[in-house]
Amino acid sequence: MIPASFDYVRVSSLDEALETLREQGEEAKVLAGGQSLLPLLRLRLAYPGTLVDLGRVEELRGVADRGDHVLIGAMTTHYDVVASPVVREHCPLVALATATVADPAVRHRGTFGGSLAHADPAGDLPAVALALDMEFVVRSAAGERVIPAADFFLDYLETALAPGEILTGVRVPKLGPGWGFHYEKFHRTAQAWAIVGVAAAVRRSGGVVEEARVALTNMGPTPVRATAVEQAVRGAEPGGNGGAAGGALRAAAERADEDTDPPADLHARPDYRRHLARVLTHRALLAAAG
Amino acid sequence: MTEQLDAGVVARQIKESDLLGGPGGGNEVGRARRRKEDARLVTGRTQWTDNIQLPGLLHVAFLRSPMAHARITRVDTSVARTQPGVVAVFSGADFAAEQGSLPCAWPVSEDIVIPDHPPMAVTEVRYAGEAVACVVATDRYKAADALDAIEIDYEPLDAVTDMTAALEDDSPKVHESGNKAFTWTFAQGDIDAAFRDAPVRVDRTYVQQRLIPSAMEPRAVVAQTDGDSFTLHSATQIPHILRVMLALTTGIPEHKLRVIAPDVGGGFGSKLQVTAEEVLCLLITRRLGKPVKWTESRSEGNLTVHHGRDQLQRISVAADADGRVRGVKVDLLADMGAYLMLVTPGVPLLGAFMYSGIYKMDAYDFTCTGVFTTKMPTDAYRGAGRPEATFAIERIMDELAAELGMDPIELRRRNWIGHTEFPYTTICGLTYDSGNYEAATDRALALFGYDKLRAEQADRRERDDPVQLGIGVSTYTEMCGLAPSRVLGSLSYGAGGWEHASVRVLPTGKVEVVTGTSPHGQGHETAWSQIVADALGVPFEDVAVIHGDTSSSHKGMDTYGSRSLVVGGVAVVQACEKVKEKAKQVAAHLMEASPDDVEFSRGEFRVRGTGTSRTIQEVALATFAAHDLPDGFEPRLDADATFDPDNFSFPHGTHLCAVEVDTETGATRIRSYVAVDDVGNVVNPLIVEGQVHGGIAQGIAQALFEEAVHDADGNLLTTTMADYLLPSAADLPAYTTDRTETPATTNPLGVKGVGEAGTIASTPAVVNAIVDALRPYGVRDVPMPCTPERVWRALGPARTTKSTDGGLS
Amino acid sequence: MPRISVTVDGIRYDEEVEPRLLLVHFLRDRLGKTGTPIGCDTSNCGACTVLLDGRSAKSCSVLAVQADGCDIVTIEGLAAGESWHPMQKAFHEEHALQCGYCTPGMIMAAIDLLHDDPDPSEEDIREGLEGNLCRCTGYCTIVRAVRRAAREMSQEQEGAAAS
Repeated sequence: MIPASFDYVRVSSLDEALETLREQGEEAKVLAGGQSLLPLLRLRLAYPGTLVDLGRVEELRGVADRGDHVLIGAMTTHYDVVASPVVREHCPLVALATATVADPAVRHRGTFGGSLAHADPAGDLPAVALALDMEFVVRSAAGERVIPAADFFLDYLETALAPGEILTGVRVPKLGPGWGFHYEKFHRTAQAWAIVGVAAAVRRSGGVVEEARVALTNMGPTPVRATAVEQAVRGAEPGGNGGAAGGALRAAAERADEDTDPPADLHARPDYRRHLARVLTHRALLAAAG
Repeated sequence: MTEQLDAGVVARQIKESDLLGGPGGGNEVGRARRRKEDARLVTGRTQWTDNIQLPGLLHVAFLRSPMAHARITRVDTSVARTQPGVVAVFSGADFAAEQGSLPCAWPVSEDIVIPDHPPMAVTEVRYAGEAVACVVATDRYKAADALDAIEIDYEPLDAVTDMTAALEDDSPKVHESGNKAFTWTFAQGDIDAAFRDAPVRVDRTYVQQRLIPSAMEPRAVVAQTDGDSFTLHSATQIPHILRVMLALTTGIPEHKLRVIAPDVGGGFGSKLQVTAEEVLCLLITRRLGKPVKWTESRSEGNLTVHHGRDQLQRISVAADADGRVRGVKVDLLADMGAYLMLVTPGVPLLGAFMYSGIYKMDAYDFTCTGVFTTKMPTDAYRGAGRPEATFAIERIMDELAAELGMDPIELRRRNWIGHTEFPYTTICGLTYDSGNYEAATDRALALFGYDKLRAEQADRRERDDPVQLGIGVSTYTEMCGLAPSRVLGSLSYGAGGWEHASVRVLPTGKVEVVTGTSPHGQGHETAWSQIVADALGVPFEDVAVIHGDTSSSHKGMDTYGSRSLVVGGVAVVQACEKVKEKAKQVAAHLMEASPDDVEFSRGEFRVRGTGTSRTIQEVALATFAAHDLPDGFEPRLDADATFDPDNFSFPHGTHLCAVEVDTETGATRIRSYVAVDDVGNVVNPLIVEGQVHGGIAQGIAQALFEEAVHDADGNLLTTTMADYLLPSAADLPAYTTDRTETPATTNPLGVKGVGEAGTIASTPAVVNAIVDALRPYGVRDVPMPCTPERVWRALGPARTTKSTDGGLS
Repeated sequence: MPRISVTVDGIRYDEEVEPRLLLVHFLRDRLGKTGTPIGCDTSNCGACTVLLDGRSAKSCSVLAVQADGCDIVTIEGLAAGESWHPMQKAFHEEHALQCGYCTPGMIMAAIDLLHDDPDPSEEDIREGLEGNLCRCTGYCTIVRAVRRAAREMSQEQEGAAAS
């Protein structure tokens, strides 16, 4: 199918982008990698007046080690995120999950910031952002503000980004030593969206779980932080699978679907998603607790 | 392992004499020749219909009904006509006087109702996606834009998407005549006696979900006229049938209509159709006098390329205590969709004779009811009726084995036709000419490691492993090589099943073959070259194959139903024989010998017992010069042949599938897959393997992934490839394939056809494996596609009692 | 209307394009580069895959304007005259195509795959080609072809290094 007409402005700097957005007003939409937007345009599910193409804004691209956190530029492609030694070393969960996004050709064009700003709860990155307490750096003509992940995802495909604001980068806190990570994605075919996904980070000390971060993909209109699991798993001893210790992880995972509102769609009904959330959370915890 | 095959007629090397019945055979047939077709396909120098650019070409876009069932109350195209680049806008009313009705060539019964099927809806739409208007514009973008400016008001009518509901008295009616399209029955033997007092009886209901064929190339049509005659390029499997049908539908005289199928990107039955868009593009070009192109988008195609399967099968089997099958009863509902298209009602009939599979039995009873619903019509999809039948019989054989506590292979052995019993006339009245189920099964069991996998299965069951192992068996046969014209006639099909070929030797000794088959991925250019190379003793490279254009290939029945080699390939052989006979006359004359003393071998005519010879190339040049030919000899080395088979062909084989089912998530992983097929003699093993692989993949896809889903209002929910899940390389296993070769006895090549075998075989193998894995949990069926959720639901309460610690549900 | 300059298969084109023009339509309808086909609307099938500045991209999900200044290689630009790229040869040798409609995209994706991993396992190949759908082959021969091309390309490289 064929997109409806729109105007197009390619900007070469962030300032120019902000200025263009201000001029164009509500009709304007930011074009990042276009891997979510182009199919929507082709199916005529979106009719933007103007696309503001950030593709040549070099300042939004790249990964930087900022001491206590890693800054991933919004226009960094998934491919570059996965390939980044900094990401691999300091935010392996980001690398793991990003490697499961779509397919290689899409990962060459699709961007880290674009995926997050699209805020599809079935996407893999929003849950990871939530689990890791990422911070979203946002610019507008009025200046910069930082939005914690917990406040960023408001509803289905809806974020805290205000009109005229552009996501410039995402700060991923470094978690330090002792952490294990896993992203458990469950889908029907390699290309299909996750029916449910679980992003887990677990810190162990002396064989005991000291802290865990768990967030769920596609268990509601936004990614969901599984706080009940995080609390319940604290103090567990994941020494082996199936024994009393493994049982503690499983018991904690049983609470994965608390406070979720999973969707009903072609690929799964809510009760099955709840069940999967519990099973997959257990698996993610086991893997992350290594 | 080959020694286990002694019982079989396993001949992997094809003997030349077996093929052509004489010393003329070369060694091309049986060789894994790389394909001639590939050169243009791997370099992008293709001729897809959408590639065609013509001076002044206009683009057509169709507006499609957003509702499954509605009355059209108002159409206003005035604003659309004023849009930039728009040349014309038409609605159904504009075509009403000339568009006719899309043809149904298979009125299967006396009671059949064939509703009028206007290519563009005029007063009422009966499925979502039906064309209601179109724009003709200077480019495809402008055509798409102007669709938004067409105004149509609908008065919604009730949809009916479920066949059982459609047969209720108070159901919304798809057509005024009601929702029953036809009833067709067949019975043989005393079915009541077979079921009366039967020690064992199994009854099951299986749902053949609706599928979207999803050939990779979307449909496309280019229509043009020079003011006198018309040329239609279409991404079709059936240029010849299409020409006849379009002539009958549009009134354009057949001799003024040329149909061309250029490179066609897959079909699987979906391009075996006379489509609304083909008719409408012709009408538009006739009206405007200008060339037009229409190319569908994938989401448009998911809505409006005919769908496949969609049957509800109630099947019962009666057996003796030792497992001997006494009889099979089938009560079938077949969803026609909203209209009867080219062979819509015939699809279930193609399965009607296959419910006895490879088994002997005393009685068989079959009833099929065709049902109208407010959905896209169904029609042929790879296997067309036979996969459905094979699924049902192979699934219920596994159920019967479970009921008897018998190994499913053993149950099959007790019932199948022994290799010494061929030719064998089945309870369905078909005569299977040849086969060796023992050999194929033994080979498959050996390759699969059946006993070892059974041991592992027992171990996992014992350990209550959350990942259970299941083994699925499918010992299938199918009838293909469509088809003997007399049989088609007896089944009320509107045409015959012959195929045509012309072979001409050019002055330089090169050979052109014109075939009535219409390949779209099957490699006929290569395989026919191999056949001709052997028959005429010319180099493989010296043969060119011409196809797919009714002006150069004037006669044909096209490609579907695994018929091309079995019928069309044989026609090529027969034409070659005639050419050879003519060449022999010339050669004898040149050598001043009697034709009776001349023998032919590997491209050379030789006077028996002498050193005198002439090559076929020399004979060709002499014939061209025509200076010195036998008296009365017509100076040409060409011949036509039209072959009409006496019987279908019956490939068979044994497919074994091992799956691991995660009882916690319901996920299925295919652990190993073995297929041993017997497709008779093989012209090109590379092509055969490719057909088997692709067929297996499509059958697995039905078992695990694919389903066209409608909501209660009849809207298709799986309109894109993001929702209708086709497996990628990452979703499918590697297959272990092998062959046994039991030549067909009904054609001189000994071939049986291979296009559909894999698809027919694999679906029940996979589902049998999944059910086998879950049997300890009391599971007797998982509806297709066996998604993780469906497996999980099938486990039901059992998963809490059998799962590792009971904490999961 | 924006003006773009792109190099496609070694030829530079300067064209005015509507912003909404998809790269694949630019290639096919404007430049007549019909070797790259279109199979879907949602970037699932991968038939339209090209190399965009050296990396695989689905040309149905890129606007022509986004490709301004870029270097594009399509299936038509792989061979040097009639001397095919090793991946084209391997697809032919292993019978990794039937109807051939997915083939251009599959070959481009496979070349990209070897770019990152010159010696992929069967599993790597299957995962690496997850964005390209084929309806004919069942993929086994495609996997074989990529393995064959990988071997031949590494031998070519060794040969080049030795000489």
